[in-house]
Order: sequence, then structure tokens, then C-alpha cells
Amino acid sequence: MDLLLVKQRVVAGDAQGTAAGVREALAEHVAAETILQSALIPGMEEVGDLFGRGEYFVPELLFAARAMSAALEVLRPLLAVSGYEPAGKVVMGTVQGDLHDIGKKLVAIVLAGSGFDVVDLGSDVAPDRFVESVKQSGARLVGLSSLLTTTLPAMEATVRALRAARPAGEVHIMVGGAPVTDAFAQRIGADGYGADASSAVALARQLLGLPART
Amino acid sequence: MIQELVAASPVLIDGAWGTELHARGLAAGAIGDLWNLSHPDRVEAVARAYVDAGSRIILTNTFRANRVALLRHAGGERVADINRAGVEISRRAATGRALVFASIGPSGKLLAAGEIDVPSLEAAFAEQARALADAGANGLVVETMTDLVEARIAVEAALATGLPVVACMVFDSGKNRDRTMMGIGPEHAAVALAAAGAHVIGANCGIGVDAAVPICAALASATERPIWIKPNAGLPELVEGRLTYRMKPEAFAAFLPGLTAAGARFIGGCCGTSPRFVEALRERLACQ
Repeated sequence: MDLLLVKQRVVAGDAQGTAAGVREALAEHVAAETILQSALIPGMEEVGDLFGRGEYFVPELLFAARAMSAALEVLRPLLAVSGYEPAGKVVMGTVQGDLHDIGKKLVAIVLAGSGFDVVDLGSDVAPDRFVESVKQSGARLVGLSSLLTTTLPAMEATVRALRAARPAGEVHIMVGGAPVTDAFAQRIGADGYGADASSAVALARQLLGLPART
Repeated sequence: MIQELVAASPVLIDGAWGTELHARGLAAGAIGDLWNLSHPDRVEAVARAYVDAGSRIILTNTFRANRVALLRHAGGERVADINRAGVEISRRAATGRALVFASIGPSGKLLAAGEIDVPSLEAAFAEQARALADAGANGLVVETMTDLVEARIAVEAALATGLPVVACMVFDSGKNRDRTMMGIGPEHAAVALAAAGAHVIGANCGIGVDAAVPICAALASATERPIWIKPNAGLPELVEGRLTYRMKPEAFAAFLPGLTAAGARFIGGCCGTSPRFVEALRERLACQ
């Protein structure tokens, strides 16, 4: 089974084909982690890029995520046995007072597809809940979203609460959302700003000290 | 009613409500729709400011007042109460000077991702549309939609009341920023929404009034139905640490001839606009 073909099936959002390709590759003794790292994750990253460039829209992203999760269902037991570690744990949420869930969810889908273990707290998340979730999960990265100019102060308050609970450098914070800018991210003391799902993935890798993917 | 309005078009609509409510003390991140019950006088002040500015149609403070979007913030009979109060407030402000078209916004949940199912959406929009119609709205506006399936469900619920129905989507995505988040282009939207029975087809929100001109033309090229356009005042910029829509009312109003030439029959504003923008549109109209 050509892993490039499996990758293409992820990009095409072909869930059945992706799972079948994964099974075929396993039968040919390709390691589960190799399939993940060489076919599935690059596939989802390409989908993230296509989405970022405006070539793909939400439905294509959802189809690809479905293909990814169909493949992971096959691989998960094998990955557990081989002691595979996810790229890192990320706590994601839309800040307090903001009910917009969709943009953040799309970033969470692409992060999960790129090998991160994502804890999605949903929308309208109070600063305390972010702090609690970081303590519970041991995540070293938090992603905050805000879609309203009026909830940007809540984003700042969340950064402050996380900084108060965890020493600098222990937890990295990335922010995004329509009204958020790089300058705003710097002003409130976040570690980085991601303009879209695929730049959020690159930023997450950079903040956690993982090698950039090409 | 729509034909009569079109005969005297362009018809001025209103502008943004959220920022106007914030200016009157709505807390950051609070749900403005709840103010229909708790602060009706302040909501009415916004509605009246638009009527005074020259809006011939005003909307209602009910954009988020469907059961799904209000979840956790209001439930039970409060959902219908918020909608009813929203129409009553706008009607008091209009007092025969303007028509009241009640706002129906999206659920905020993605059907395509399985976050919600069709029957739940049908029930939520039917409940909202009925409450708005019972309270005496002159028309219903399904707006800020991104998903055609959800838009159709809302349009059908609105049509069931027997009122005129406006159906609008947000075109701000894709490499040319002229598709909805779900990838629907204006021509596709116009054909599908007209087929669903909407009397007026349109676009609201988006990336700015300049971008609204070609979107308006694309909508008009695909349907005979009159076109409704409520664009944003551009995109917000960070000015001294605060996000600001920099476009001035006069600059916004300068697009009025372009929009009417592109086929717009109903014109107002969305994010970043205010009663001053409607005044500027009215002044511009007076010069034509």
C-alpha cells in the first residue's frame, strides 16, 4: 500500500478508502506510527493548508477529519501498544462571554489531525476553567479564541489567570479569532497568534519546541 | 408589501445593534437579546435612533433568540418572551414611521459536523418565527447564515407564518472572500434561497461595503427577487490598543450608487455601522 495514496485519501475526505488503505498497509507490516506520521498527519496538514488558502471550506475539512478518525480507530490499539506519544496536549476554548464555537472547533480539528491531543472546552469558558483544565490534563499549551471585539478583555483576563497559576515558560498560550491580531496577542502577554488553523499548528509545534514539518 | 417597497427603492434598513447596546451599557460578552426583557427602554432607544436616522425598515433585537443559540442563557417560555418583547420594542419605536422585520440568526451549531440535527433546528426556528409573527412583525429576516441547509430550514419556518421573508447569507470566505464559510457562492445561494421561497435574497455582514458590490451583482445575476444588502463598515483595525472600525459614515454611503447599480433594493449596514451611517445613506439618497 502506497502511503502517498493513503494521504491523498485523507485529503479527499474518503473515510472508507483511508481506513481500508491503513488496514492494507498494516497487513504489509508497515508500522502504525509510520502510517500516522507519513500518511495521516501530512494529509491533515495539507487539508489545513488548503483551508488556510481558501481552497477548502468547512465541509471538506469535516470530511477529512472523518477520514482521519476512521483511520485512527484502526490504528489506536496498535499505537497504544507501541507506546506512541502524541505531539503534545493542548487545551482549547473560546473565552468567557463569547458563544462562537465554530472557528475554534476547526482549529481543534486540524490540531488533532496533526497529532496533538486536544482537550476542547467549548465556548464561553471562564478563566478558572482553563486553569483547572491545564492543571488536570498537564497540558503545556493553551489555545484561546475570541470572535467578538467585546470579549477581547476576557481573553486578556484568561491569559492573566493562566500566568498567575503557572510560572512563565511552563504553559504556552496561543490566541486567535477574527478580531485578534499579532499586536494584540503581544500586548496581552500571549506567546503567539495564529491567523488560521494551519498557522496555529505551526505555532503549536514551535511553542512546544517540536521540529517544524516541511 | 415587498413589491410596493421595491417600487420606491432603494429602501433604507438599519445598522448594527450590538455596538449600540454596548454603548448603552451592555456588558462585554453579555447576550444582548436578554435585554428585551431586562432593559427594554435601552433597546427601544437603539430602535428609535434608527427610525429617526431614516430607516424605513428596522430589525429587532432577536438575532440570537433561538432556543439553540440561547442555550444556557434562557430556556423554557423565556425564548418566546424574548422574541415577542423584541418585536414589541421595535414596533413602539417605529410607530408607523417604519416597518419592523424581525431578525432570525443562525443556531451557531454545525449540522455538517453532527453538532445538531435537522428536527432540533426545525423546532427552534419554528418556535422563534411563530413568536415573532404573533407579536406583529411585518416581515422576517433570516440573516448571517453560512450553511444552506440551515438557511433553508429557517426560511421554511419563517414562510410558515405567512409573512414576507428575507434570506441573507455571509460571504466572507475562500480565496476571493466571496463564499460562505461552508463554500456557498452568491449565485448558488440566490438560486437555492429563491427556490426555498424567500421573497427577498441578500447578503449581510462580510468583509466590507466595497466587497458587497460584486457580491450584490452576483446575487442579482442569479435571481429576479429583490436584493437586500447590509455590509460591514470594512474590517476592524487595532487603533491604540482598541479594535475600531475606521470607515466613516460618508465613505460607507459613497458606495450607495454602486450598490443600487448592482441591483440592491434594500440597503443598510452591519458590524461597525450606527444610526450616523443610516443618516449618511439618507443624505446620499437625497442627492440622487
